[in-house]
Amino acid sequence: MTAFRHTLTGRLLADPLAVVAMLIIAGMVMVALLADVISPHDYSAMNLVDRFSPPSATYWLGTDNLGRDTFSRLAQGSRIALYVALTAVTISGAIGLVLGMIAGFGPRWLDNSLLFIFDTARAYPTIILALALAALLPRGLSTVVIVVVITSFSEYGRVVRTQTLSLKNAEFILAERAMGASFGRIVFHHILPNVLGPFFILAAMNLPVVITIEAGMSFLGIGVPPGTPSWGATLKDGFDYIRTTPWIILAGGLPLILVTLGFTFLGEALRDQLDPKLRKGR
Amino acid sequence: MTDTLSVERLSVHYDTREGVLRALREVSLAVPAGQIVGVVGESGCGKSTLINALLQLLPENARIADGAIRLNGEDLVGASSRRLRDLRGREISVVFQDPMTSLNPVLSIGRQMRDIQYRDPVSRAEKNRRSAAMLARVGIPDPVAKLDVYAHELSGGMRQRVAIAMAALMKPKVLIADEPTTALDATLEVQIIELLQDLQREIGCSILFISHHLGVIAELCHRVVVMYAGEAVEEGPVEEVFLRPAHPYTARLIECDPGRLKQKVAQLPSIAGSLPDLTNPPTGCIFRARCDHATAACAQKPPRVELDNGHWAACHHAREVQI
Repeated sequence: MTAFRHTLTGRLLADPLAVVAMLIIAGMVMVALLADVISPHDYSAMNLVDRFSPPSATYWLGTDNLGRDTFSRLAQGSRIALYVALTAVTISGAIGLVLGMIAGFGPRWLDNSLLFIFDTARAYPTIILALALAALLPRGLSTVVIVVVITSFSEYGRVVRTQTLSLKNAEFILAERAMGASFGRIVFHHILPNVLGPFFILAAMNLPVVITIEAGMSFLGIGVPPGTPSWGATLKDGFDYIRTTPWIILAGGLPLILVTLGFTFLGEALRDQLDPKLRKGR
Repeated sequence: MTDTLSVERLSVHYDTREGVLRALREVSLAVPAGQIVGVVGESGCGKSTLINALLQLLPENARIADGAIRLNGEDLVGASSRRLRDLRGREISVVFQDPMTSLNPVLSIGRQMRDIQYRDPVSRAEKNRRSAAMLARVGIPDPVAKLDVYAHELSGGMRQRVAIAMAALMKPKVLIADEPTTALDATLEVQIIELLQDLQREIGCSILFISHHLGVIAELCHRVVVMYAGEAVEEGPVEEVFLRPAHPYTARLIECDPGRLKQKVAQLPSIAGSLPDLTNPPTGCIFRARCDHATAACAQKPPRVELDNGHWAACHHAREVQI
């Protein structure tokens, strides 16, 4: 990955879709970092007089059923979304990377057992698993992270395993071994950098999926504890009043859509740039 | 004259679903110090298995059933993996056929060349200097700048030069060249051949040159080994073998060389029949079923018939074929 960096940034900046994606993501990160500064109101302060206010100069995106400022809640929500996405993707990615490489390099029986585990983990529908785990575990963000890790580590594992298997028998790996490279050197200097490209693409594509899983679980009431300003919780709050005050649910959905699009565009741009077969020119 | 590399009655078997595939059977060959030895044979004759066996990098389902591989007198069969790793790159190294796939796509040329020198306790700058010097040696323009480029930024011919530079970097005693010109066009082929010749003289290494191109072998090599279906059938000085082949297979192979054709023909010459099934190789002479000279005697395993100048052929009728 580092090997690409000096030219990758330049190539991404030449792709308009990637620029849009990076602007959206940068915007989200800025909002998350500066949430306390840019929020016009305390996100949890209730103001029963101003319940269901439409968007106005005071309440930029209106207020909800308890008179809480929707914009401030969404700004705080971006922190939750980012935190869950980054934590869950890092943990599941790390597990998948290690298991995938072990499966790729290991003996047949180990490969088969790990594949069995990947398939089993993949077979559970996310929401059903989330409901089951929500009944067992305390309600909170860590439960959301656990659900995501269980359902998505296998995806990384499979991709990394396939890459490792095909690289293991690549001619340049044979050439390196013929030059006296040790096993560790082969794995860390030659296989790993080649695996990381597809791995990062998958991770970028998975970030918005994780954000929607968190929102979905919060919407169902099995995600964050009540009162937490998750985007999903805002959607749930707005859902009850969709006929009378539709701006709550609209405002809650907007950042979800934007961020999902942003990360998906970035993932696609990364894939176009990192896959030498798709790369144009040179 | 001592042999830098010698293979003695080497047999390699693959365990396959269809049974044991005897890919190499009692192959013997010698690479004398400072000489270029060619190995020629059609696809499936065991050339690749031979290379992998020499490097002790056989696939998991392969095993060396018998024989010895001596590098400077040291038997590589059964040597510890630690010892083998020490030898690879420094004593024996290899240039592969396809330069498009033999370089790591995500590491710079300089990084890969530094990696090869990992055993040397010298500074990074010194390693870079040596790498650049070797790149210059193989005819790569602007070698210092080339250390920072990636394989995909180079043309096929340049990549093969880089691969040769990498193989020669540690000044090995034996350089294996696995059809290094097959993936290149004819003009580049000549350049690469000349480069290998120069390098051989300069480093004083021996080269084992694998090819199915008879012209290249004749041009480059001192000696040649002819392989057929997992056996070495003839070996000798290149002029001897090509001008006076003693094994019917060698004779037919030379007749089939398109380079020998003087006029247009509707159909290129070929050897009738096909390779025997190596999971169940026939007894006696392996070439018997396709041979014009075959007699009842060929049902017996052919002896190694010694001719002049270290030229031999595994054929009952070696002396008759030659005349």
